[in-house]
Amino acid sequence: MTADAPILELSGVHAYYGRAHILSDVSFTVRRGEVAVLLGRNGAGKTTTLKTIIGLVPAVKGEIKFSGQRIDGLPPYRIAASGLGYVPEDRRIFTDLTVAENLDVGRQPPREGVPSWTLEKLFALFPNLAEMRNRPGGRTSGGEQQMLTIARTLMGNPSCILLDEPSEGLAPVIVDQMAVAIKELKAEGLSVLLSEQNLHFATAVADRAYIIEKGHIRFGGTIAELSANEEVRNAYLAV
Amino acid sequence: MASILVQFLNGLAAASTLFLIATGLSLIFGVTRIVNFAHGSLYMLGIYVAYSAVNAFQPAGPLGFWGGMLVAALAVGALGALIEILILRRIYQAPELFQLLATFALVLIIKDFALWVWGAEDLLGPRAVGLDGAVSIAGRRFPEYDLFLIAVGPLVLGLLWLLLHRTRWGTLVRAATQDREMVGALGVNQKLLFTSVFALGAFLAGLGGALEVPREPAQLFLDLSAISDAFVIVVVGGMGSIPGAFLAALIIGEVKAFCIGIGNVEILGVVVSFSKLTLVIEFVVMAVVLVVRPWGLLGRPQAIQRAAPSHIEPPLRPASRGLVAGAVVLGVALLALPAYGTAYNVVLMIDILVFALFAASLHFLMGPAGMVSFGHAAYFGLGAYGAGLLLLRAGFPMEAALVAAPFVAALGAALFGWFCVRLSGVYLAMLTLAFAQIGWSIVFQWDSFTGGSNGMVGIWPAAWLSAKPTYYVLTLLLCAAGLLAMRRIVYAPFGYALRAGRDSPLRCDAIGIDLQRIQWAAFTLAGAFAGLAGAIYAFSKGSVSPEVMAISRSVDGLVMVLLGGVQTLSGPAVGAAAFTWLQDTIARNTEYWQSLLGLTILVIVLAFPRGIVGFLAWRFGRAEEIE
Ligand SMILES: Nc1ncnc2c1ncn2[C@@H]1O[C@H](COP(=O)(O)OP(=O)(O)OP(=O)(O)O)[C@@H](O)[C@H]1O
Ligand SMILES: [Mg+2]
Repeated sequence: MTADAPILELSGVHAYYGRAHILSDVSFTVRRGEVAVLLGRNGAGKTTTLKTIIGLVPAVKGEIKFSGQRIDGLPPYRIAASGLGYVPEDRRIFTDLTVAENLDVGRQPPREGVPSWTLEKLFALFPNLAEMRNRPGGRTSGGEQQMLTIARTLMGNPSCILLDEPSEGLAPVIVDQMAVAIKELKAEGLSVLLSEQNLHFATAVADRAYIIEKGHIRFGGTIAELSANEEVRNAYLAV
Repeated sequence: MASILVQFLNGLAAASTLFLIATGLSLIFGVTRIVNFAHGSLYMLGIYVAYSAVNAFQPAGPLGFWGGMLVAALAVGALGALIEILILRRIYQAPELFQLLATFALVLIIKDFALWVWGAEDLLGPRAVGLDGAVSIAGRRFPEYDLFLIAVGPLVLGLLWLLLHRTRWGTLVRAATQDREMVGALGVNQKLLFTSVFALGAFLAGLGGALEVPREPAQLFLDLSAISDAFVIVVVGGMGSIPGAFLAALIIGEVKAFCIGIGNVEILGVVVSFSKLTLVIEFVVMAVVLVVRPWGLLGRPQAIQRAAPSHIEPPLRPASRGLVAGAVVLGVALLALPAYGTAYNVVLMIDILVFALFAASLHFLMGPAGMVSFGHAAYFGLGAYGAGLLLLRAGFPMEAALVAAPFVAALGAALFGWFCVRLSGVYLAMLTLAFAQIGWSIVFQWDSFTGGSNGMVGIWPAAWLSAKPTYYVLTLLLCAAGLLAMRRIVYAPFGYALRAGRDSPLRCDAIGIDLQRIQWAAFTLAGAFAGLAGAIYAFSKGSVSPEVMAISRSVDGLVMVLLGGVQTLSGPAVGAAAFTWLQDTIARNTEYWQSLLGLTILVIVLAFPRGIVGFLAWRFGRAEEIE
C-alpha cells in the first residue's frame, strides 16, 4: 500500500432511517495522516455519515473501505476494533463510571504502526482530565466531557478517528484547546475525519474539506480551494 | 423478645435466597434489557439439580455434599449461557413483547422438563453436612445452616461489588447497563459480555435454589412463586440496582418471616391468618414504595432508551362494507350452530367465544392502549370467582351474579391498574404478573371462602338457561356485544386519546390529555370485559378452580393475541379460535401440552422476530423502500 493511499474511502454510499432516504451516493476519501472535514448545515447528514461509517446506521448501498478493507456490513465493535475510532456528537459519557473507568472502557490492545496511548499521555494532551480521574463522568462540565469522550476513543489506539462536531456548544477558549489537540493528534500520525458547522474552526485544523447538503456531497477539495471558492461557501454554508 | 429475634433471623435467611434470585434478574436486565421470566425456573432447576447431585455425591462425605451444590449452580449457569446463545441472542432487536414471551416459553418448557425428570412429588433433600445442628440463641434453638445462609447474602453482595467495581469486566457491564451501543462503538464485543452476564445471573439463581435444598422440598410451583417474589423485590429495590435488590430482599424477607411468625390472630372476632397473607402484605409494601418512589428505593427514573427501534403502529382502519357483511354472515352462521352442529361443537364453541372475548380484552389493553399485561387472567378469574361467590355465598340469582361479576373484576382491575399505569414497558409487565400471582395465591389459599385448591362447584346457570344450546346463544350474544363495545370504544374519542398516548406520551401531555387517567380507565374496562368472559365461563363449566386465574391462562391470552396479530381488531378472535381448537385437539393427547405451547411460542418468536405483521411488511415492503 502506498503512503498516500486513502485510509478511509466511501463510494456511492446510501443510508436510510426507516423509509427516509438520508444519504445519497456519498463518496469521499480521507488520506492517511490528514485531517478532513465534513461541513454542512443542521440536518445535512453529517452525523448520519459518521454513524454509517462506524456501522451504527447500515449502509444500504455502496462501499466503505478502511485501510483497504471493506467495513460496510460489519458490526460496530469489529469496525472499532480494527482501529477506527468514533467520537459521538452527544458525547455519550458513562455518567455512573469515573473518568478513569470511562477511559478503561475504551481500552484496546496496542496496534502496530499506530501511536499507543497511555493514561499519562492522554492526561498530557488533556490536562484537565488528570485532576478528575476519580470523579463520576456525570459530574464534569461540557468541555471536560468533550475531552473525555475523545480521550476514551483514543484509548482504543485508533489509526483514524471520526469526530462529530467537537466544537459544538463549547466556550471559545475550549474550542481553541480543541483545535490544538486535533493538531497534536495529526502530529502523532493519526488521520481524522471531523464534522463541523464552524467554518472558522474547520479552516484552522483541516487539510481537506467536503461539503454535504441534503445527504449529497456538493464539494470536495483542499481547505485552500474552499477558501478561494466564495460561491460554494455562500450556497451551502452561509446561514 | 426471643421469638422476635428468631423471627428476625429467619427473615435474614430468607432474604439471602431472595437476594440471589433478584440480583441476577436485575443484572441481566441492566445489560440485555430483557426481563427474564424464566429466572424463577432457573432457581427451581437449581433446587432439583442440587437435590439429585447432592444425593449422588453424598456418599463422598462433606465434599460430595457441598460439591454437589456447587455443581448444580454451575450447571444452571451453563444452561443460562446456552439459553442466551441459542435464543436470546436472536431476539435482542425484537419487540419487547416477543422477548418477554420467549423467556416465558422457557418457563413452560422448564416446568414440563422438571415434571418429566423428577415427577410431581415434592422432593426433600438431605440436611447440610457439617451444618446440620442447631445453636442456642436467646434460649431458642436455631439451625446452624440458617446462620450460614444469613452470611451468604452479604458475602455475595460484597463479591459482586468487587466484581463490578474492581475488574474490567465489571466496568464494561456497568457501562453497557447505561449505553450498550456506545460500548460496542468503542470496540467491545458485546456477545461475550451478554452471554457472561446471563450465565452469572443464572448461576446466582441456581445457587439460590441449591442452597434451599436442605430447607425446602423441590416443588413444581416454585418457579412462579420465585419469579413473582423477584419481581416484587426488583420493583421495590429499583431495577438494575444491586444494593437495592439487597435492601428490598431484606425488607421482603423480614415481612414474610414476621407474617409467618405471627400466625393466626383474632381481630374483631375474625381469625386472620397472617402466614397465608404474606403475599398480600408484600403487595402492600410494594404499593407503598411505588407510590412514594415509582422507580424503587435505590433505583433511578427509567432512562430513555437509546436507539430503541421505533415501532410505528399502522393506523387502524374502520371496517369496510365487505367486512361488515362478512361479520353479519358469520353471526348468522354462529347463531344457527345448534341446529347443525353436534353437542360437542356447541360446547367447544362456547369456549372459543369466551376466549375470543378474553383475548380481545387483552388486545384492547395491548394494542390501542399499548400496555402489555402478563397477568390478564387475574380479571378473568375475578369474574369467574365473582360469579361463583355471588351465587353461592351471597345468594344472588344467577342472572344478577352474571351481571355483577364483571364489576367485581373491574374493581380488582381498578385497584391493580392504579399502580400499573404508573409504570410502562417491562416494569408494567412485571407488575401485572406479580398482581396476578397474588390474586391466584389468595384464591388458592383461602380454603374457607374460595374453596382453596379445589375451587367451587355447583355454579350452574338459571333453569331457563340450563340447556346448552340456550346457554350458547346467550354466550354468543354477550361475547358479540362485548367485542362490538370494545370496537366502538377504540373508535370513540377515548380510543383516539389512548392511541395518541401510546404513540407519543409527551405530546399527549402537551395537549392536555391526562394519560394516566385514561390508561387507568382502559385498564379497568379491559378488566371488566375479561371478567365478563370469566363469568360466562364459570357458568358454562358449573365450577371454578384456581386455574382460571393462573399465570398460564394469562400467557394463553398473549399467545392468542400474538397468533392473530396485534395490529388488527379482529385478530384476537381469530387467534383465540385457532388456539382453543388446537388446545382441544392436542392437549387431550399429551401430558406435556405446556411445553408444546412453549416450543410453539419459541418457534413463532425466533422465526418472526419482527412480529408476524412486521415480518410481512419487511418481506414485501423492502424493495419499495430501497428504490
Ligand atoms: N433517528 C432518526 N430518525 C429519522 N430521521 C433522522 C434521525 N436522525 C436524524 N434524522 C434526519 O436525518 C437528517 C440528517 O441528520 P443528521 O443528524 O445526520 O444531520 P447533521 O448534519 O448531523 O445535523 P446537525 O448539525 O444538526 O448535527 C435530518 O434531516 C434529520 O432530521
Ligand atoms: Mg449532527
